[in-house]
Amino acid sequence: MQILGLYNYWIVIVLMMAGLYIMIARYNLIKKMIGLGVFQTSIFYLYISMGKVTGGSAPILDDNVTQYSNPLPHVLILTAIVVGVATTAVALALIVRIHEEYNTIEEDEIKAIEAAEHDS
Amino acid sequence: MELLVTLVLLTFLVAIVIGIIVLRDLLAGVILLGLYSLIAAGIFVVMDAVDVAFTEAAVGAGISTILFLGAMSFTRHEQKPRGHDSLVTLVFVVITGALLIYGTFDMPHYGSADSPAQTHPQLAQHFIHKSINETGMPNIVTSVLASYRGYDTLGEVVVVFTAGIAVLSILGLVRRRPEEEAPEDAPGDLPTITQDGSEHNV
Repeated sequence: MQILGLYNYWIVIVLMMAGLYIMIARYNLIKKMIGLGVFQTSIFYLYISMGKVTGGSAPILDDNVTQYSNPLPHVLILTAIVVGVATTAVALALIVRIHEEYNTIEEDEIKAIEAAEHDS
Repeated sequence: MELLVTLVLLTFLVAIVIGIIVLRDLLAGVILLGLYSLIAAGIFVVMDAVDVAFTEAAVGAGISTILFLGAMSFTRHEQKPRGHDSLVTLVFVVITGALLIYGTFDMPHYGSADSPAQTHPQLAQHFIHKSINETGMPNIVTSVLASYRGYDTLGEVVVVFTAGIAVLSILGLVRRRPEEEAPEDAPGDLPTITQDGSEHNV
């Protein structure tokens, strides 16, 4: 257990960096949002693993339980999940609108169209 | 046993993320993202966060997948075979990750009961020992969410409301414009009578 004490955090960092890589390296806007989703969920995982106590139980009071995990990260992440979906919804609405206007959701094609409009 | 379950699920998560990076089909990417959220919900159950697991399974895996599919029905399903897989991006990401991993060496180990977050007298210990008398709610997460941090939850509702208004104003106003620009005889319209009396249907 002691050897694996930080293993969780390292996996979280690998997942976070994978999400960041998708957001930077892919031109497709929906793909970027998928990368953002991966990033968000890995942050949730970081918080929840910080609240876990070995041998603890879910934070619902019971006479037979003596050790509980920390309830505070759970509350923070409950709020973060809902806010994350709200931002995803706004971003996807913007992507639909961009597709109506430019007929593409590839970042470089949008830039090319804007440059052509600017020149003319 | 608990550790083994966590390790297997974590390996699944990494495999799914590699799949998302490699695949070009957006539908596959969205479904994999839903699966990623669902497996994350499973890990949350192992880590005692049952309320978070419910929400993640319902909202993260359910609603956000539906939102993605809805947006994709208006756009395209295939990502163009491009994107700058440049060395600079990779180096940047690896350096950031290495710095973060260096930062984790100062963190308390997973599951330690004596870390500051666990022993702070005003936070976790207060909630665990006093919330039943102060709020009368056996589920500590509920009492913190609705009572101790009630304004936080109110702010969350405001954010969701604002997002709803934003989505409606981005999409709702635009829908009217195509009616003006739409051809007079769209396919599927009832046959119209032109001025010379002949019936034509487009």
